Amino acid sequence: MTSMNAPLLASSALLSPPALGFDGVAYSHEERLLLGPCSFTLDGIGPTLVMGPNGAGKSLLLRLAHGLLFPTEGRVTWSSDRKPRQAMVFQQPVLLRRSAVANLIHALAVNNVPRRERAKLAYDALERFGLTACAKTPARVLSGGQQQRLALARAWVLSPQVLFLDEPTSALDPAAIKAVEAAVREFHQRGTRIVMTTHDIHQARRLAGDVLFLSGGKVREHTPADVFFDAPVSPEAQAFIAGELVE
Amino acid sequence: MENNAFYVALSLLLNFDAPLYQIVALSLQVSLFAVLIAAVLGFPLGAAVALWRFRGRGGVIVVLNALMGLPPVVAGLVVYLLLSRAGPLGEWGLLFTPGAMVIAQVVLVLPILAALSRQKVEEMLDEYRDQFVSLGMSRARMMPTLLWDARFALLTVLLAGFGRASAEVGAVMMVGGNIAGVTRVMTTSIVLETGKGNLPLALGLGIVLLTLVMLINAGAYLVGEFSRRRTG
Repeated sequence: MTSMNAPLLASSALLSPPALGFDGVAYSHEERLLLGPCSFTLDGIGPTLVMGPNGAGKSLLLRLAHGLLFPTEGRVTWSSDRKPRQAMVFQQPVLLRRSAVANLIHALAVNNVPRRERAKLAYDALERFGLTACAKTPARVLSGGQQQRLALARAWVLSPQVLFLDEPTSALDPAAIKAVEAAVREFHQRGTRIVMTTHDIHQARRLAGDVLFLSGGKVREHTPADVFFDAPVSPEAQAFIAGELVE
Repeated sequence: MENNAFYVALSLLLNFDAPLYQIVALSLQVSLFAVLIAAVLGFPLGAAVALWRFRGRGGVIVVLNALMGLPPVVAGLVVYLLLSRAGPLGEWGLLFTPGAMVIAQVVLVLPILAALSRQKVEEMLDEYRDQFVSLGMSRARMMPTLLWDARFALLTVLLAGFGRASAEVGAVMMVGGNIAGVTRVMTTSIVLETGKGNLPLALGLGIVLLTLVMLINAGAYLVGEFSRRRTG
């Protein structure tokens, strides 16, 4: 998988981000197995798009990888010695009841960025994501698209080595989706490992380096994007690509 | 007309009658000070109960909620026993001073601030939890963030606490003693002056107290409206 999208490597990271491994990871809740057991390694260039029908366990997989949930079996591993710096962007951005810029400054503060550097980093990120004009606006009165861009900006200031995105565009209009996808590419260019769920095949085609396909709580296939979209290996993915209803 | 108690009360107010304003000033000082102390202790306490899971947490929540309805005379009695000459804190010599009244009001207001802030902070934590964990925040680090983000709700809670403190009569009467010029506040004076038949002063104080309660409620309403508009 490391040879995937080799040309991109030159323009992207100086240091490749740490690889994420699932080692027999399973998650059960109240005796019901919801995910796994699954084993895979994300060590390619990515972005990795996690796809599958509703209820396949995409969000669960992301939450386990990010550490919001702990596997009931198996373990999540990183190739780095320490747990990498990570951030996550949720479907519904969770913003503090403060101004846009204060949201970024808060994220920097909890990550022990020195006080005198916070404002500059925050305003740089707002500018990058086209939010300079609403720096002082309460974050929660921003439009849905602006809120999601602010969530991306918050992730950006943390310089994560790994960024998880859980259906970040599912509630947005096309213009806002375009902005989010552009932001995802910027993270990718910066050398951040991207792991993103989507149920939108077209979006996956636009962004994916490799695809992790889930159905029924199991990983059915992990292949480079061109293979996945043109000649998927697993019958479940073949049905999904063909537009059939997959459980 | 001059014999009308209401008329005399108004003229006392409008002529800035010194004893009347002294009583009002002491009332405000005692209650503001009590609410300030209760907030410094009660908000972190409420947030801590919301954030940490520990044995007996349910019991703590029940006790805090129950103490919101603590009868003021019981609070007064407890503080009286603590501060009386023979009591454990008798050496402080606080009984029948404004300090004793502040303590009694703290006892009354603290459970309100702690119980209501626990509720608000817990609601907010449900919403923020995933993001906080994602940011790698410890529980101790979450506390100031949650308290600040709940600031509008907590201001309303603070006003409710101030309302209870300033309107209460039993506890401050018992531990303050209603000594003229020293521990006489609005509520205790109203009781005393009504008993003596000095209705104008009682009525004047009643008007001030009622106005104060109105202002507090108007303030709470405006804060609520403002925060709804600011934070959606």
